[in-house]
Amino acid sequence: MAQPQNTAEQSIDQKTIVSMRNVNKWFGQFHVLRDINLSVDKGERIVVCGPSGSGKSTLIRCLNRLEKHQDGDIFVHGIELNNDVKNIDEIRREVGMVFQHFNLFPHLSILENCMLAPIWVRKTPRAEAEEIAMHFLTRVKIPEQASKYPGQLSGGQQQRVAIARALCMQPQLMLFDEPTSALDPEMIKEVLDTMVELADDGMTMICVTHEMGFARRVADRVIFMDEGQIVEQNEPEAFFNNPQSDRTKLFLSQILGH
Amino acid sequence: MTRKVIKAAPKKTTMKKAIPSDIDTQAGYVRIEDAPLLPPPPSEVGVTGWLYKNIFASMSDFGSVAAALKSVFVAASTLFILYFLITQISGLLDFAIFSAVWSDPEGLKRQACWTVEQGGALPNGWHAACWPFIEAKAKFIFYGAYPNDDLWRVNLTYALGGFMLAWVMIERLPYRKIVGILLLTVYPVMATVLLTGGAFSISTGTIGVATILGLALITIGRLGKAGYVSGAFGDLTMVAGVCGWLVILFAAVLAVFAIDFDLEAIDTRDWGGLLITLVVAITGIVASLPLGILLALGRRSEMPVARFLCTVFIEFWRGVPLITVLFMASVMLPLFMPEGVNFDMLLRALIGVTLFSAAYMAEVVRGGLQAIDKGQYEGADAVGLSYWQSMRLIILPQALTHVIPGIVNTFIGLFKDTALVSIVGIFDLLGAAQSTLADAAWSTPVQGLTGYLVVAVIFFVFCFGMSRYSMFMERKLNRSHKS
Repeated sequence: MAQPQNTAEQSIDQKTIVSMRNVNKWFGQFHVLRDINLSVDKGERIVVCGPSGSGKSTLIRCLNRLEKHQDGDIFVHGIELNNDVKNIDEIRREVGMVFQHFNLFPHLSILENCMLAPIWVRKTPRAEAEEIAMHFLTRVKIPEQASKYPGQLSGGQQQRVAIARALCMQPQLMLFDEPTSALDPEMIKEVLDTMVELADDGMTMICVTHEMGFARRVADRVIFMDEGQIVEQNEPEAFFNNPQSDRTKLFLSQILGH
Repeated sequence: MTRKVIKAAPKKTTMKKAIPSDIDTQAGYVRIEDAPLLPPPPSEVGVTGWLYKNIFASMSDFGSVAAALKSVFVAASTLFILYFLITQISGLLDFAIFSAVWSDPEGLKRQACWTVEQGGALPNGWHAACWPFIEAKAKFIFYGAYPNDDLWRVNLTYALGGFMLAWVMIERLPYRKIVGILLLTVYPVMATVLLTGGAFSISTGTIGVATILGLALITIGRLGKAGYVSGAFGDLTMVAGVCGWLVILFAAVLAVFAIDFDLEAIDTRDWGGLLITLVVAITGIVASLPLGILLALGRRSEMPVARFLCTVFIEFWRGVPLITVLFMASVMLPLFMPEGVNFDMLLRALIGVTLFSAAYMAEVVRGGLQAIDKGQYEGADAVGLSYWQSMRLIILPQALTHVIPGIVNTFIGLFKDTALVSIVGIFDLLGAAQSTLADAAWSTPVQGLTGYLVVAVIFFVFCFGMSRYSMFMERKLNRSHKS
């Protein structure tokens, strides 16, 4: 694992995408993230798993400031994540997020959903933004749905649009917050296939998911979290076949059992 | 209805086809051919379907005495309501159209609408509208005491406004957006000049100061954007920049007001009737919506100062009745003004009505903002949109669509509340109509009824029109984002 940046300068380390040092977060009294230390290099695929309430979603939401951490440092692509709005805006441009409940904009067509951010955030001209949007919609294999509205698509299609929307900003890092948890079993495959393709193309991704098959196939590292702390992390084969901690063993027996 | 027990496997004896020998019918059930797709029964489609769903809806079961009695009761009440509607509407039509007196060729004035008993020509027991009265008073009801020679100015303002509004509303026409912006910016200035006569005494000094101030603020905003100002002041420079543009716009408006277009100056005291109602209502509606949106956003803001100020504003203006606001504006405001400063009465009423309505609008919009799923805010943040961008592009379009009924409700209420300006001596539509009832030359038993009927119809046309347009907007917006 690469060493995180120590200097306060904004020199962008091309190799380390995420660096979290001694990060702590509280929701009121509740200590939801405890002493998180994590470093993610460019091109790494991380899967975060754990029981519900373990803080996995909170962890990745801290990376694009949807949640604020109260202690410790977070650096994303060399930029420090603090209260400075300029930093937050820069980070959000480089980090794409896919949500459990898609969060597509229902009053805009699929194409407009994808074009919105490049036009208004990156100031891309409209024609170019449309090209980029169609390119990524083709990549997630639903170019023919471009003029429809989110309400007219199935869950799997909506999630793929959400992935395309995040990709249209051409981010350095993709965050997935339980992307398949709200989908029917028939649709999970189409979304996972898209994510596998994305991973094979070299996208740095941190994925919170319960899909252990996906983890085995794609992950460079699997991280197990419980009660706000990182309990164990390892390469997938070692993680699944030889879990070290008792809590990990318990979790794996529950999740792989059925 | 008695429940039928549905067996999982059909009995052998009811099968019409020969069963292939390798299917074991004791173990389960395998469908051999698809069940037929049948046409629906008469109760679902066509005229009979409509009858069933609307007239006979609660009468589907004739199986018991209680149900039959209920059916008879429903049928009887339907007939009664129909009868009631028909008699009332026909009575109204008779009063307004069929039995009404339409013309007064001999100039008899009130005598034209008198029965034989009272000294006129109409049969005894006649009771219907007297339209010559309205014809004679029409100018006062529609324009108030506006000088007759200058009525063309009011008509031009109406025509221009109506034309531009129709342009914006009809979907197929091009450049709707540009016309809309002109309607909100250039048209009010033009209308003010046309109606009042323009040529206000504004010194070039004032205009010059305003222009310089505006340019200064814009420069501050530009400096902030270029990065010369850091930290918290950075946000203030953005506010300064926006304010700068507003001040420049204000200076431009002042400049136009100062120009002498050679129109006769007409004091707002001479305006009246429908003119006043439309001016107050439209100004109130158009100004209170953006102000209400800003207040709602402010009340939900994370900045404590903004939240506090907006809450105080909203609660204050919701806590006082509109009539008090108008009273205070007309009676008490002059006491606080320095000697000689005379604030136009109509302007005071406009400001009071706008601020009052903005508070109500703010709460309606806030309801819409609360109804938006938190995920929409997060989705907008995650793609990197700024606060104002996400509000403008994502949140407000959805929130405002959700609360169209509430917004239009507030608009319609405001339109009718304009009648309260009569309390401060401004003659609105109702006030003008009421004052015409005092004319003894037209005194008939139906004078009051005719006058109020006209006012009611005019109010109804505007309010129902707004209501219908809002239904149209809702259907159009729902089509685009619901499946």
